Amino acid sequence: MREIGYQEIVDTVARLSMEVNYYLGDDLLAALRRAKEEEESPLGREVLDQILENAQVAAEEQMPLCQDTGMTVIYLELGQEVHLVGGDLTEAVNEGVRRGYEEGYLRKSVVENPFSARMNTKDNTPAVIHTEIVPGDRLKITVLPKGGGSENMSYLKMLSPAAGRQGVIDFVVESVHKSGANPCPPTIVGVGIGGTADKAMDLAKRSLLREVGAPHPDPEVAELEGDILEAVNRLGIGPMGFGGQVTALAVHVDTFPTHIASLPVAVNLQCHSARHKSAVL
Amino acid sequence: MRVTTPLTDEVIEKLHAGDKVTITGTIYVGRDAAHKRMMEALDKGEPLPFDPQGQIIYYMGPAPAKPGQPIGSAGPTTSYRLDPYTPRLLAEGLKGMMGKGNRSQKVREAMQKYKAVYFAVVGGAAALIAKRIKSAQVIAYEDLGPEALRRLEVEDFPAIVVNDIYGGDAYEEGKTRYARTA
Repeated sequence: MREIGYQEIVDTVARLSMEVNYYLGDDLLAALRRAKEEEESPLGREVLDQILENAQVAAEEQMPLCQDTGMTVIYLELGQEVHLVGGDLTEAVNEGVRRGYEEGYLRKSVVENPFSARMNTKDNTPAVIHTEIVPGDRLKITVLPKGGGSENMSYLKMLSPAAGRQGVIDFVVESVHKSGANPCPPTIVGVGIGGTADKAMDLAKRSLLREVGAPHPDPEVAELEGDILEAVNRLGIGPMGFGGQVTALAVHVDTFPTHIASLPVAVNLQCHSARHKSAVL
Repeated sequence: MRVTTPLTDEVIEKLHAGDKVTITGTIYVGRDAAHKRMMEALDKGEPLPFDPQGQIIYYMGPAPAKPGQPIGSAGPTTSYRLDPYTPRLLAEGLKGMMGKGNRSQKVREAMQKYKAVYFAVVGGAAALIAKRIKSAQVIAYEDLGPEALRRLEVEDFPAIVVNDIYGGDAYEEGKTRYARTA
């Protein structure tokens, strides 16, 4: 057994919460630069320039890339040989979020009583925490702050198996089309296919953690990603919806076996400020 | 085109979908919760916390200001959520809205009726946008935190006209121009 302490988790979540909101990943920056090369619309290129300049200013001044620093989604991969000491794991994560959002001048964007009073919790907690028990003696912590604008553009459809591959493509393209400028394109289109309703959405969101544009290891899935990306970028929505070729930077699909009666498809759109960061303890 | 607030009909008549503008002067900031409270005030026959005549509302909830700065990152939020409230504010004299994303048919019609313009600001460029804000002050609903109603002084604040008073729509026009068939 290897021991990991409460405070180490708090400190790591706090640090990741701040860093993830100031710095974009190199893979995303490269994808945005490629998009600028490809984009024919002058206004679209100008928007991409502003996005890249914003990333530079945010990093230099340690300012949030976007004022929407998200509801904090946290993925934990906890080795089964880890012994957690000094306190409760969920509380450690929430304390980390609390500290990171306060010290980092990040916006507190969480309200309780969602359908009624909607009072701000004032510290961005609770985080949405997904914990997986895995082999080994490490704890991997991933922070993905998800903005409301793109999260609101989420879709789930329980297709009939007969709808097949084309049914999946049509549903995803239609979802991106009706989202228009709302989710801050160019987006990363997260798609989950299979499992149950909840599993499909989980797959869609987790796919956003992949290196931007890296194809799925299964060639059949990678081909589907390519076909959806092409169809999405024919829509003409473009950067921030002002028209253009680059509506999505990438389509990430993940799959899971499903029930004989089902073909669940979930779409979780990620804005161009695609922020996530991990650390291993 | 350089625009100063408050907006006059003469200026609004010159603005067309797709125009790039910079805005200088006072603007107001409010999003979901502040709009709900403003509607409640109107329902009770109470005055709004500011006179909307000729003014612009920016749909935004800023990140906290660091010491010595007027405001934190300050990009737009998605506008459709404010659609249910907008026609009523236009009837009260509001002349402009700034945010991102499409507006409803009802809002677009009300904009033509009351002569108002909808501007888009580049979403996610929030650190850059904050540089154009010279001062910020909470004027009402302080308990709402990031959703409080604010007054800003802005200088050369960049925006793009999405919906004008002639029925133009920059999103639709852009999409039509660049859409391709398989």
